[in-house]
Amino acid sequence: MHEKKQDVILRVKDLVVKFNLRGQVLTAIRGISMDLHKGESLAIVGESGSGKSVFCKTFMGLLDNNGWVDSGSIEYDGQDLAAFKKEKEWIHIRGKKIAMVFQDPMTSLNPLKSVGKQIQEAFTLHNKVSAAEAKQRTLELLADVGIPEPERRYKQYPHEFSGGMRQRVVIAIAMACVPEILICDEPTTALDVTIQAQILELLKALQRKYGLTIIYITHDLGVVANVADRIAVMYAGDIVEIGSCDEVFYDPKHPYTWALLSSLPQLGVKGEDLYSIQGTPPNLFHEIHGDAFAPRNPRALKVDFVARPPYFEVSPTHKARTWLLDPRSPNVEPPEHIKNIRSIRKMKKEDAVNEQITR
Amino acid sequence: MSKSLGEVLVSVRNMEVTFGSRRNKFVAVKGVSFDIYKGETFGLVGESGSGKTTIGRAIIRINPMSDGEVIYKGQRISGKISKELDKKVTQQIQMIFQDPMASLNERAKVDYIVSEGLINVRPDLTREQRAEMVSKALLEVGLLPEFASRFPHEFSGGQRQRIGIARSLIMEPEFIIADEPISALDVSIRAQVLNLLSRLQKERGLTYLFIAHDLSVMRFICDRIAVIHKGVIVELSETEKLFEHPLHPYTRALLSAIPLPDPDSEKRKILEIYDPTQHHYETDKPVWTEIEPGHFVMGNQEELERYRARLQA
Repeated sequence: MHEKKQDVILRVKDLVVKFNLRGQVLTAIRGISMDLHKGESLAIVGESGSGKSVFCKTFMGLLDNNGWVDSGSIEYDGQDLAAFKKEKEWIHIRGKKIAMVFQDPMTSLNPLKSVGKQIQEAFTLHNKVSAAEAKQRTLELLADVGIPEPERRYKQYPHEFSGGMRQRVVIAIAMACVPEILICDEPTTALDVTIQAQILELLKALQRKYGLTIIYITHDLGVVANVADRIAVMYAGDIVEIGSCDEVFYDPKHPYTWALLSSLPQLGVKGEDLYSIQGTPPNLFHEIHGDAFAPRNPRALKVDFVARPPYFEVSPTHKARTWLLDPRSPNVEPPEHIKNIRSIRKMKKEDAVNEQITR
Repeated sequence: MSKSLGEVLVSVRNMEVTFGSRRNKFVAVKGVSFDIYKGETFGLVGESGSGKTTIGRAIIRINPMSDGEVIYKGQRISGKISKELDKKVTQQIQMIFQDPMASLNERAKVDYIVSEGLINVRPDLTREQRAEMVSKALLEVGLLPEFASRFPHEFSGGQRQRIGIARSLIMEPEFIIADEPISALDVSIRAQVLNLLSRLQKERGLTYLFIAHDLSVMRFICDRIAVIHKGVIVELSETEKLFEHPLHPYTRALLSAIPLPDPDSEKRKILEIYDPTQHHYETDKPVWTEIEPGHFVMGNQEELERYRARLQA
């Protein structure tokens, strides 16, 4: 738990990101403000297309050519990253201070280059060192990310590695310059459950060792529950709810968070339909009026279609963008099984514990 | 939960699949046997490289088997079979693939993608009849018939997976092999596709072989689950029994690794690591044993004793 540390390492203010697609302008990020605390693990969850990847790519200047930061700022280390225009400016940040672990280790490694060379490449780009030194550092890195026999592995090519090992290599590349912020974009989606657990352990170990700040981008709420200190729920280019891990899981306030949690098979009753969110996410080519989730929310209020809700504070660390938290709004209770989440889970857990004891 | 286990639809007996030539042989599936009953959802779970997909592909005759046989409705469908039987199998057993981004032909319109199988198996149909069947299949999976004239890239992941499902439904199959049908999808879309699959099962009496690595989804959808490790099925049981009394150490490791959307238990999670060297199979060979009704496990005599003791406790 890193709740005591409140040093802000990166501050996003009213960020708007737009894309030009076939002559039409799409607003991918609709005015996000957020603080990233030093040393924390922040998980950004949301459906694909909610803008979670785009949001984090702006921290590294990795937007596609047809995208741009329209307004807002990203303060980091006394600079405004959103104002960066040239590649030259980014070179001191990207890979060095802020690094990224990509989703699919099958596609994010170069199949024609040995693994050692690929890790070294990242290191020598930012540091003037001799070849021998660079190799030494690379071997250390390989050992750091838990790859046995680094000497032998150094010369091997990605196809000689299993999926989990490849992801370790990708992490080693990101860690090459010991960044301050590590962005993990779906780091375990392409991996097996057993391997997934190991990679998460590795990331947590690296975080402790180097005092990293990690942003996890994921849609797997199981992963989130495991690693996150804080959770930001994104929907249609906006953070609709943000709070500590416990607050978002056990006391969610936004109807979208309710829906997201309800659709988990772990909470489903066998033989019955799983809760599924009706409709589709809004078209970001059009301006969105009111609460973006309102059209899919069966119990939306009238005001949800008219005015965009501001953030309402639930606790100092927990806020949500929904009119339901306005004192004037009627009392809309979350769905029954959301209210029961804690007790259902408690029950299941006690069962499990009892079993463990009897064994 | 125990549906009356009626008629056996598919029976896999002693399946072995090998890849590579004699010198460089790799046995992907070793002596796998199981029955799938009509109308049930049978789950096959294991990590990548365990051979679960290979089993599915061997049943549908994509991968040749080096030993054993597959019986479908009392007829052997592995090895050399007659042309008519081949046609029947092609029509009645269908597959849904994992990645809807990769499994649809990017250059073909939805219309063609969905009806391609029909063109081969039902040459007697006219173009109009086919078009009608396509729109019916699309409606059935919750897509609009006018989507038929679009290309795959115009669809989202969930919609693409629905196209994949429509493509197998149009053949009017009885048995569907779903190879990780939802692992590439978003949480909220997953629920939709799972609901669609179970609705289709109810309406059409389909039988599923559900291949996945995600046990939390398996628990929700499967009637029985087989756990496979390195080409060998180590445990097979009714779903709830498996979750209540996992016996084989590999099953236990797999269950302990499931990520739960619950911070409290996640942060106190104890990972069980499976170490294959813990078995002492040199003299005492493991046997496939029914340890309680409907619950099979692979183990040698000494291990079975322990498992029995655990069940009694």
